[in-house]
Amino acid sequence: MPLAVEMRSVRRAFPRAFPRAFPRAFPRAFHNASHEEREVVALDGLDLTVEAGDFVALIGPTGCGKSTLLRIVAGLDRPDAGEVVVDAAEREAIAYVFQDAHLLPWRTVARNVALPLELRGVARAEREAAVAHALAQVELSDVAGRYPAELSGGMRMRASIARALVTRPRLLLMDEPFAALDEITRHRLDERLRALWMEHRFTVLFVTHAIFEATFLADRAIVFTRRPARVVLDTRIELPEARSSAIRGDPAFARAASELLEALERGSDGDRASPLGPDRETPRAGERESR
Amino acid sequence: MKRVVLPPLVAAIIGLLLWEGLVRSLQPPSYLLPPPTAIAAAARAELGALAAACVTTGRSALAGFALSAVGGVTIAIVLSTSRLVERAFHPYAILLQTVPIVAIAPLLVLWFGVGPRAVTASAFIVSVFPVITNTLAGIRSVDPNLRDLFRLYGASRLAVLWKLELPHATFSIATGLRVASGLAVIGAIVGELVAGFAEGRPGLGVLVMTSYRQLRTDLLFAAVGCSALLGLALFAVVGLGAWLALRRWSPAMR
Repeated sequence: MPLAVEMRSVRRAFPRAFPRAFPRAFPRAFHNASHEEREVVALDGLDLTVEAGDFVALIGPTGCGKSTLLRIVAGLDRPDAGEVVVDAAEREAIAYVFQDAHLLPWRTVARNVALPLELRGVARAEREAAVAHALAQVELSDVAGRYPAELSGGMRMRASIARALVTRPRLLLMDEPFAALDEITRHRLDERLRALWMEHRFTVLFVTHAIFEATFLADRAIVFTRRPARVVLDTRIELPEARSSAIRGDPAFARAASELLEALERGSDGDRASPLGPDRETPRAGERESR
Repeated sequence: MKRVVLPPLVAAIIGLLLWEGLVRSLQPPSYLLPPPTAIAAAARAELGALAAACVTTGRSALAGFALSAVGGVTIAIVLSTSRLVERAFHPYAILLQTVPIVAIAPLLVLWFGVGPRAVTASAFIVSVFPVITNTLAGIRSVDPNLRDLFRLYGASRLAVLWKLELPHATFSIATGLRVASGLAVIGAIVGELVAGFAEGRPGLGVLVMTSYRQLRTDLLFAAVGCSALLGLALFAVVGLGAWLALRRWSPAMR
């Protein structure tokens, strides 16, 4: 299998969100502060390769740098050091799904799904066909003309997935996409996603902190430590390719899940308390700009 | 509807009755405080002049409001293009807000001459600021994730403005326009106090000044009432427009 993503000793750190006056008000404290106290290191010396067509779950404690990793792969963020190579064909067809649906509330579902094609200048007729197909794949055809505010959370998330699928992605990046949904909706979407993957065989990087979801969805699971994210466990999940919810009761499923859980617990130990108080999550693009 | 309309209506009737009763029993000089009935009579007698004044002032206010709507949104878009531009020019936009319009009104007369152009300029200056700040706030509050999404799909700067920033800002622009609509009427009337004495039809501001000079307090009250109604009407029209534009997708409008 060709490689879709290759990362070598990638490092990414963000300046800690000090109040602007801090260095001036406490110059000594600031200059004595170690590197670690002055910046939040999300990734450090991270190596990762992903094969094309693989379904990879990235598991780790909240705020461990998984999102940063995803953003770097997407090209939305750059590493401070190290090398990131995304296969050219995959780079051309990246789709990103956020934790929340992030639909545009002033557009109908169909026009939301059409957005990526619109931005890429795809002709209207072609666009409409692709949108109809994508909506059918997530079973949302009958609400195409509704507005996001009129849908349930699960439906909005499905619309968000349709918006990602409409571009026929080769590389699908998903950042805890179902975290805000209830258990049943979540199981249903997991199944749907797995079926879509079976059909299209795109590469998936699926960030989650839910063990069972990762076990159900992925063929390969990578467990990270707390920040800076290091790999604790990188394993293949040996379950049949076609999966339905029934597999959740399988002993092999339980074994795989407990292996991941054990690794996650191992990685979450050694919680180094910061002398400057708890960090926030990795800063977002907008916040960095304003600093 | 009954619950919305009835209570303020009852309050108004009670207030007017009290006013009438007090004036009749205490009998202050009529140039100080005329009773509502006298005001109504004056309004009926001068109905033509009042209506004409409303049209004149309304025209200037509407023109000033339209200028603020277009100009304010445009200025905000320019300011939003970069932090540097915003830092350089935003203080002067605030200046528009803090300089009292009464103080610059003579300048407007010098620049535009006495007449509707100076009045329109006054309405514009008073009402443009809320449009600028609200639009800017709306554009600034776009979710960074959505910006990322647009970036990921290779959106041009224009596409981001047109398909993300402006639609997202619609809600705050509508708020800005609602505030601006009331202010435009105020600006027009203040402008008329200084610059309204041109040939032709006098506006409400002029009517206020002349009836004050003639100590026709009843007519003055009627003119003030008309200005309030004018402001209310413009506000209602803008509010209706915003509601029509936003009702489908904004939960706050349901």
